[in-house]
Formats: sequence, C-alpha cells, structure tokens
Amino acid sequence: MQSGPQRTTIGVDSAPKLQPFAKMRHDAARDRWTILAPERVFTPDAVALAVLKLCDGQRTVDQIACELAKSYSAPQDRILKDVIAMLQELADKGVLSA
Amino acid sequence: MSSPQPPAGTADPTPSPVGLLAELTHRCPLQCPYCSNPLALERATGELDTATWLDVLAQAADLGVLQLHLSGGEPTVRRDLEDIVEQAAKVGLYCNLITAGVLLTRARLEELARRGLAHVQISIQDADVANADRIAGSAGAHAKKLEVARWVRALGLALTLNAPIHRRNIARLPEIIALAECLGAQRLEIAHVQYYGWALANRSALMPTREEVLRSANLVAAARQRLKGILAIDFVVPDYYARRPKPCMGGWGRGSINITPSGKALPCHAAETIPGLAFDNVRTRRLRDIWLHAEAFRAFRGTHWMREPCRSCELRERDWGGCRCQAFAVAGAAAEADPACDKSSLHAAFTAIAERVAREPAADFRYRTMRRS
Repeated sequence: MQSGPQRTTIGVDSAPKLQPFAKMRHDAARDRWTILAPERVFTPDAVALAVLKLCDGQRTVDQIACELAKSYSAPQDRILKDVIAMLQELADKGVLSA
Repeated sequence: MSSPQPPAGTADPTPSPVGLLAELTHRCPLQCPYCSNPLALERATGELDTATWLDVLAQAADLGVLQLHLSGGEPTVRRDLEDIVEQAAKVGLYCNLITAGVLLTRARLEELARRGLAHVQISIQDADVANADRIAGSAGAHAKKLEVARWVRALGLALTLNAPIHRRNIARLPEIIALAECLGAQRLEIAHVQYYGWALANRSALMPTREEVLRSANLVAAARQRLKGILAIDFVVPDYYARRPKPCMGGWGRGSINITPSGKALPCHAAETIPGLAFDNVRTRRLRDIWLHAEAFRAFRGTHWMREPCRSCELRERDWGGCRCQAFAVAGAAAEADPACDKSSLHAAFTAIAERVAREPAADFRYRTMRRS
C-alpha cells in the first residue's frame, strides 16, 4: 500500500500552528470560543486558548511553555508536559500541524 | 477540550442550531440510486435566488449556526456559489461544500477557496473505477473526483471522502480506506446507506448481509487505530442491523436545519415524507421564528410527543426516539418507536426484511432521475 501522510508528533522543538482549514471563532450566541473544523466544533477552555494564541508556527513548544510559566504560577516542566499533551491531542484531532 | 459538540444539556428546551444544510439545488449530473433527495425532486425554476440565500445565511449566523453545508443535488451547478461562499465566510459560518466534483475546474475551486471555503466533501462510489461509474450512472465520474480531491489538498482545504456503503461495494472497504489515506484526506465517512427515499426504493439492490456489516465494523475499528492522528473515520451503521436507533439529526429540531432548493425549512431532509406536517418557507418567515415556533420543528422536538416504549425509556434524551421518518414508513405513525430499536414491537420484522433481501440476488438499480411532468 502506498504510504500517505504521517501522524504529527508534538515535542519541545515543534513549532505548532492551526491548520489553514481550522478556524478559531467567537461563538456569540453561546458566548464561548470555538475551533471550527470539518464536522467538528471544539470548545477550548481559557488555558487552551492561551496556549493556542501562542501557536503561530514560529514559537517552539519550549518557548510557549516558557511564556506561559511567566503568566501562570506553575513550574515550567509541569507546564511543558501539560502543553505537549494538549497540543498532541489537538494534532490527533487533525486541527494542528507542526 | 470537548468534541464533537452536540447541543448539551436539557436545561434549555430549544438550543440554537449548530448546523445548516443548504440544498442549493436538486439538479445533479449523477444518478446514484441511494440519493438522499426526495423522490419528487424540485425544479430549477423554483430555486431560491441569490439575495434570499445571502439573507438566510446572515439569519442563520445570527441564530447561532456555526457550520454551513452547501449541498444539493450538485451545488456547483449554481452560478452564484462564489457569492454564497463569500457571504458564509463574511457572517462567520464554517463553510463546507458537499460535491460530486465532476463539474469543477481548478480555477473555480481556487476562487471558492479565496472567497472563504474551508472544507470540501467528495462522495466516492467505490474504489473500483468501473463499478464506481456504474453506481453513479456517469462514465468518467470517478477519475474526475480523484482529480478534484487532489486539488482540494493542494489548495490547503480540508478534504472529506464520503463513501456510501452497500452490497455492491462493501467488499472493497480496505481499498476505499487506502484511497482516502493516499489522497491525504482529513476525514473519511464510511456511511452505510440509510434506507429512505431513493435508497428505500433500491433496498433490494443495496442491502448487505449482517455478516458483511459486522466485518465492515471490525475493519473500521482496526483502521481507526492504525490511522490515529492521520485520518478520522466516521462510521454510520445501517439501522436494520442495529439494536438501538441512532439519534437522528441529533434529535428533531435540536441541532440542525435543512433548507430545500425552494426555501422550505425542514428538521431533516426526509421530513416531507411525514404526512400532516406543514413546512414554512424562508421566503415568508424569519429563520429564528421558524426554528423556535414553527409547528414542524415543535412537533417532535424533545420528548413530549413520545409514546411507549419511548416515553419511559431511560435513553429517551440520548437517542431522542431515533428517526421519525422511519417510524412513519414502517410503523405507520411518526410518533411510534423507530423500528431500528429492539424495544419496538416491529423490530424483529424490520430486521427480517433486511436479512431476507440481502440473501436474494441483487435487484437492478432504479437510478435517480427527474420525473417528467
């Protein structure tokens, strides 16, 4: 069988960003933020939103965790672990590339 | 994160709709014998004009709709598709084009992408070229679809392949999955044909055996595991071999609106098969008013209409009683239990129909055609 695309794996050096077809939109009727994707509506919480706003395809996961550590009073290695897990989940749902 | 996102909770009796299926036209160059359009197709002369569609999209966004599905028939026969896509993007709707692809040029697809199209869904009849074209009733259709699918990915748009599954193609499920993978699709719908309308008329030509359906479920489960993070596979089983009904449309009048080419607002695309329901038209009534107050949307919304065994069932707010159209077609009344549920007194007879027709030699297709009037 011909090999198709590979799974995106998120590591400390990845520079993630939303896929061009995934749209972050404010849902005024329900007063929440959403990521709209094919046949899916994701509703990121405040922490996930803060992470996603830093995912510009330039910053690495390491840099993102470093910036978040300044705003949230949590150890950076703990933040790094949580950020990687969250972004991997989003990559597996197909809305994030790295 | 939570996903996917049905309208949650029961505190709000009328949640806002998330999806709008806009059937821009019933015209289509293909003749698939399981088409979800009604047997009585609407004609081009009765179609809504551009200005009305643009207004309806603005109303839909205001009502809380997030996802727009431009469908048909074949939506690309509309010359104003670009303007409709542009309006969808402008009012914040996530725009999905459900197309056979055969009428598209690369230049037109590029223009649609530029106007804000995000996702293209292409139907695939089979992985075998000759059989695919036979099912679609259109020579050369399959090759053209593959070409369009490659353009979709090259332009950075999301690609879904939708493969309606039945006895004439179920043996090639592995090849269909491989095709989606090879094309770099984001999603694959392995959707066993649902037997309403044209598909009901072709039930004997399409129904697979129970063993084939079970095998397909196992194949999909294995493929999902292997393709995690690469290809999302949505799987729709045929009701006839199910124990519990599907929550049709996520519940009647709960998450979705369908608008026909002439502007009738329906709770689902088959709702017109239920006699006695009157449907409002977006030409004469505001969409919000229709959603909240129209008789057709209220008739089977929630649980107030239920009889036994649904009324006292602990799953009544999970599957919402299944499909009203199927209840009417088989049980003779839309408020009866969906016969797909094994709590229905008709379930055994319903399943027996499938088992019988699946073992008979496959009937010839009755292709989808416009009736001459």
